[in-house]
Amino acid sequence: MIPPTRWLPMPVLSLLLLLVWLLLQQSVALGQWILGGVLAILIPMICRPFWERQPTIKRPLKLLGYFFRVLGDIVTANVQVSKLILDPRGRMRPAFVEYPLTLKENFPITILASTITMTPGTVSAHLRLDGRTLLIHALDVADTKALIDEIHQRYERPLLEIFES
Amino acid sequence: MLDTIIEGAIAFMLIAGGAFAFIGSLGLTHLKDFYMRLHGPSKTTTLGVGCTLIGSLIYFSREDGPIIQELLITIFAFITAPVSAHMLAKSALHHKLKPDPRTRGNPVELESEKPKHTVEEAPQGDSPLP
Repeated sequence: MIPPTRWLPMPVLSLLLLLVWLLLQQSVALGQWILGGVLAILIPMICRPFWERQPTIKRPLKLLGYFFRVLGDIVTANVQVSKLILDPRGRMRPAFVEYPLTLKENFPITILASTITMTPGTVSAHLRLDGRTLLIHALDVADTKALIDEIHQRYERPLLEIFES
Repeated sequence: MLDTIIEGAIAFMLIAGGAFAFIGSLGLTHLKDFYMRLHGPSKTTTLGVGCTLIGSLIYFSREDGPIIQELLITIFAFITAPVSAHMLAKSALHHKLKPDPRTRGNPVELESEKPKHTVEEAPQGDSPLP
């Protein structure tokens, strides 16, 4: 990772801002680089107090793999939920599941919660204040234990390896 | 030949997007309680919008050069949708909305109101609290 300096308290965010600016402008003219660069320095400096300490990404390649896995799961999730909605008999087994977290830092937990919401039949509803349990609402689940295991194996384990290993 | 394939891909994306968005909205009317209804917009509608945007991305990239803005919109939509769904679910829990009776699991968040009522009903005056 790029080490933070006084002018660039969050280098990755600055880089991302510059990139998004250039992409939105559809231009790599010198003026756009300068304007984007100024914004990329100013915005992180202004909003620095709101941010928590940034976690370090230890395995960027794994993160890419995780991204594509989630992308694929979003499509299967949608087909599953669509099936459930269209099923005329409406046989659903909704449940609240308490998911015990092993992740400790806030940012990976946020990613996990978002992933859970986007993937098959589950919406993360509440993170308890102690940061240890995530309350999940599932649309159709037969075995809550199996669901917890699946989330742990499929999503939390890779996140642990990427951010906290 | 290539044109036909690209046009087919665009049409497929648009139809898939429309179908997913429609099913997501259908879920809003069909599902029984708030928590179940949340699943529709958070997943299906997001993918619906995503598919439509990708269709539009292919179409306009072919017309006048590569366009990346729409890809950015798609990514932003996918990042923000789970957050809003999470906030909606959280506020529903806060309001103690009753889940469908078939729902298993009994989170503490939904029952913590009860002891408060017993306190209110208790005779006042001789409170043990200073």
